[in-house]
Amino acid sequence: MGSRDVLRKIIGIDPDEPSKFGFASKQRVLDISHNVILYLDDITVSFDGFKALNKLNLTIDAGELRCIIGPNGAGKTTMMDVITGKTRPDTGSAYFGQTIDLTRLTEPEIAHIGIGRKFQKPTIFDQHTAFENLELAMKTDKRVRRSLVATLSGEDGDRIAEALRLIRLDREADRPAGLLSHGQKQWLEIGMLLMQEPKLLLLDEPVAGMTDDETMRTAELFVSLAGTHSLVVVEHDMAFVEKLGGKVTVLHEGSVLAEGDLATVQNDQRVIEVYLGR
Amino acid sequence: MTPRARTPYTIRLFSMMQRGHWIALGAFLAATLVVVPILNLVVPEGSAFHVSAYAITLVGKIMCYAMVAVAMDLIWGFGGILSLGHGLFFALGGYAFGMYLMRQIGRDGSYQSDLPDFMVFLDWKGLPWYWSGSDSFLWVSLLVVAVPAIVAFVFGYFAFRSRIKGVYFSIITQALTYAAMLLFFRNETGFGGNNGFTDFKRILGYSITAPETRLVLFGLTALLLAATLLFARWLTTSKFGRVLTAIRDAESRVMFIGYNPLWYKLTIWTISAVLCGIAGALYVPQVGIINPSEMSPANSIEIAIWVAVGGRGTLIGPVVGAFVVNLAKSWFTVSFPEYWLFFLGLLFIVVTLLLPQGLVGLWQAIREKVQNTRAGHATPGEK
Repeated sequence: MGSRDVLRKIIGIDPDEPSKFGFASKQRVLDISHNVILYLDDITVSFDGFKALNKLNLTIDAGELRCIIGPNGAGKTTMMDVITGKTRPDTGSAYFGQTIDLTRLTEPEIAHIGIGRKFQKPTIFDQHTAFENLELAMKTDKRVRRSLVATLSGEDGDRIAEALRLIRLDREADRPAGLLSHGQKQWLEIGMLLMQEPKLLLLDEPVAGMTDDETMRTAELFVSLAGTHSLVVVEHDMAFVEKLGGKVTVLHEGSVLAEGDLATVQNDQRVIEVYLGR
Repeated sequence: MTPRARTPYTIRLFSMMQRGHWIALGAFLAATLVVVPILNLVVPEGSAFHVSAYAITLVGKIMCYAMVAVAMDLIWGFGGILSLGHGLFFALGGYAFGMYLMRQIGRDGSYQSDLPDFMVFLDWKGLPWYWSGSDSFLWVSLLVVAVPAIVAFVFGYFAFRSRIKGVYFSIITQALTYAAMLLFFRNETGFGGNNGFTDFKRILGYSITAPETRLVLFGLTALLLAATLLFARWLTTSKFGRVLTAIRDAESRVMFIGYNPLWYKLTIWTISAVLCGIAGALYVPQVGIINPSEMSPANSIEIAIWVAVGGRGTLIGPVVGAFVVNLAKSWFTVSFPEYWLFFLGLLFIVVTLLLPQGLVGLWQAIREKVQNTRAGHATPGEK
């Protein structure tokens, strides 16, 4: 062990994770040779004895559009926290492709390897304009020394303008994001996600608070993204889930209760009990 | 939406401020570098236009405070991190430069020794190791920057890595400056104990009490205050500044789009500490004393009050706040010394409750109102 490694050990930096120290990040290449982009294996997370996730197993295929439904407290948000590095599982493993162990990476590192997340409550930068929100999200070198001297190239500006058109905010580009309507904020956050160029998108109740028209447009957007992207959508709105048309996973008390297309799942006796029985 | 093309760097630098702001900055420099020296040296003492040495020292001191306030605004107003320990970095810069001033006394102290008086008094035979090189102006100039930077970096690294935020961070910074104060109070620490450093005689060989020396220090402080403002403006209008305010407003979103807030916070924290250190180094030769009370928790809290009174998140606000509060302080402590702290507390409550944007926010609101009324008169019948 060299002296630099010793020093890093003392200040708590894993020598295998140079990117934490702001050095060039070790190349992490997404390997989807088995056509699977996400493996969650036997994951358990407990908070003060309460098991938010209980031996959860879930695999998402590359290019798939998956919907996750389930009653409140089923573990949907905790599952997203585990995938994005916000929460570490007590047991079990989470792999992105064949090789990347998500439980060893920090939130920004996971964002860099291509996992984007939309929160349940729209989380955008209120004081910044819509344009600046997208600029900050754009895939680029996000280290301090680059940000100090970063300028926008013409192509960057075009890409942001294009994204603004896609999320129908081109007229609102220079307004502070805090002044947008709820639905527009949702769209802005989706736009920020797209600027990151993620391979896997995690969307937590993306259409909450949207008008019917906006909901249907969102569904169309997601369907068009599937194939080139993998999407995991948590949603309560069944009409929206139906419109998306992908495979549906039902979570209950931290593990998978049923999986299949929407009609199969809706006719499953256990699912009916959980949703309607009480 | 027009696509934005890349603009040359020099143009970007000039376009980062409106023309009015550049003119104001130029006027400030002209006043401090040309007008004040003339009014002090050329205009005779009896004249109504004469600027006294007292006024120059007072304004010079407040300009140092203004630099600290801008530094505080960078971390608090833009980064959303309230430090209640910024007095520490100010004092560290002051002590570092004070070491040089102590060495410049030479054998002119009360004991006619090569050692500073307090060391003779403690019966020390030689300088402690950390005083070596303190007779070199260049070395202490380096220390003025490096000591606050290293202390801030190490402390900030552990605090931000542990994701300590909000009021917890504020309390820890308060404890940090308090602990440092206790350390500097001890004679064994080697910084003059509770008397600190004083009775300075020279700086770079020139008499420290000479009017010319005072004016040079005054002008230098004005220049560095202007430079601090420009640097802060550049920093906050860069992408770095946008990421910083984004961290203030929604830190989790920043992390999930791939920025590591640790390095952003640590960078602005360290920059802020260094600016305070430089301000402290300019303060000590003008005021003529540095002692551990500069590290007292109350001093650091006062820095936050300057920024709150002037207006957080604006760069001119902290400067205005530092001037208003300190001018009020120097008047109050002469006229009604026992009421100053009550007034300060009252001011803070009023600003917090009624003026969340500080005096600058108030000024902007008034200006907007006047403009709206004018527009209303100009176009009657329209809303």
